[in-house]
Amino acid sequence: MNLDFSQIVPSIPFILEGIGATLKFVSVSILFGLLLGTILALCKIGNKKWLKWPADIYTSIFRGTPLILQLMIIHYAVPQLFLYDIPVFLSAVLAFGLNSAAYVSEIIRAGIMAVDKGQVEAAEALGIPYRPMMANIILPQALKNILPAMMNEFITLTKESALVSTIGYMDLMRRAEIVGAQLYRNFEPLLFAGVIYWVMIFILTNIGSWVERRLRQSD
Amino acid sequence: MIKTMELTKNFGESIVLKNITTTINKGEVVAVIGPSGSGKSTFLRCLNLLEDPSSGHIWLKDEEITSLKVNKLQVRKNIGMVFQHFHLFPHMTVLENVMYAPVKVKHMKKELAEKNAKELLARVGLIEKVEAYPNRLSGGQKQRVAIARALGMDPEIMLFDEPTSALDPEMVKEVLDVMKDLAQTGMTMIVVTHEMNFAKEVADKIIFMDEGKLMEEAEPQSFFKSPKTKRAKDFLAKVL
Ligand SMILES: Nc1ncnc2c1ncn2[C@@H]1O[C@H](COP(=O)(O)OP(=O)(O)OP(=O)(O)O)[C@@H](O)[C@H]1O
Ligand SMILES: [Mg+2]
Repeated sequence: MNLDFSQIVPSIPFILEGIGATLKFVSVSILFGLLLGTILALCKIGNKKWLKWPADIYTSIFRGTPLILQLMIIHYAVPQLFLYDIPVFLSAVLAFGLNSAAYVSEIIRAGIMAVDKGQVEAAEALGIPYRPMMANIILPQALKNILPAMMNEFITLTKESALVSTIGYMDLMRRAEIVGAQLYRNFEPLLFAGVIYWVMIFILTNIGSWVERRLRQSD
Repeated sequence: MIKTMELTKNFGESIVLKNITTTINKGEVVAVIGPSGSGKSTFLRCLNLLEDPSSGHIWLKDEEITSLKVNKLQVRKNIGMVFQHFHLFPHMTVLENVMYAPVKVKHMKKELAEKNAKELLARVGLIEKVEAYPNRLSGGQKQRVAIARALGMDPEIMLFDEPTSALDPEMVKEVLDVMKDLAQTGMTMIVVTHEMNFAKEVADKIIFMDEGKLMEEAEPQSFFKSPKTKRAKDFLAKVL
């Protein structure tokens, strides 16, 4: 079998640098998605139609088209319209953040809807205004439904992040490809990158189950 | 105390309340009875504007609460409500459940709210449960906390929607006893109930509803002895 890991050893630091690049853009995307997703969710659960339907259309578009297409449009197509160059990092964060916001908003919306209707009625009957009702009564209960699903979303996003290699962002994936091309050996660098992805996801998954266990304990 | 005039509620096509006109005086205990689906809950929920009446008027004391100008939250401060399924806040302790609204809505000082809450919980016999979470309580205890929570806002009227229907039989009495005590303090109470004995013993007035209409309004003795309408007779024949 034609396998020789010793050849990639000099390139290991180069590939490892991609971890930082991946984590940086993944965490900024998550924060962006979380923020926008929360706003979208609030639009969806309110009773204002003119807020609700734009949020619904947004969600439908970003969940109903391939992420790689969204990435390409943001990085290549939109700059064509406005005649400027967009940095890869910005494109990556925009595409993943905007996309994640759609999923996050659905997770939050569903989590809130799953809270017993009686809770809202009890709060209303006590004369509690909307904001404190949301902040102190509904959201704390919704969090139990939201957090586990949110962890899943972060895991998916981390995995899918490898797509940004297609627009030339120097993440883990891209670096593994470059090393592969230089050495004319693809198996070793890709396998190496795969192991790193697996470790990252493994850690995230464990954080996720830890969160879930904590939530269940408080029942 | 509370007065309705031609109060009507429909959900889309179906008319659930038809021209309810009645007056409930201060300190009165009114039992609302009638078959399932007759609109009892809807009537109660209109009174504190959990449902918007489709037409007609409601006055609370001298204020018309069905006028467009009123602040619903303001109205609800004066009207306590107890639900069939308690609806306690599960992530708060018993004490926090009772304290939350007075602190948040009435801006009461924490220390004062806590003192009041403990007095109320003592009154419903649950002072030893202040630190417990609702899921550690029996149904009867939960409902007593729910009553204390509603009383925490110091309302002038209390609405009860089948407060004992979700309870195991052995817990019905402890809740009814709390309600009797409350009635004795002169609280104005409107109670939707299937407990005919409670209605007989404690209520000053019976309202019998059927198909969204107020069919009869009478003192308990005369209502239970000689109901005027055939509907009421049939109903009583079934439940007594
Ligand atoms: N939100 C709603 N939308 C549509 N129909 C409703 C709604 N709430 C109640 N109804 C209908 O209104 C009618 C009266 O309901 P309501 O709950 O007031 O009856 P009830 O007398 O309290 O009955 P029960 O003894 O079963 O509690 C029922 O036919 C019910 O299906
Ligand atoms: Mg009912």
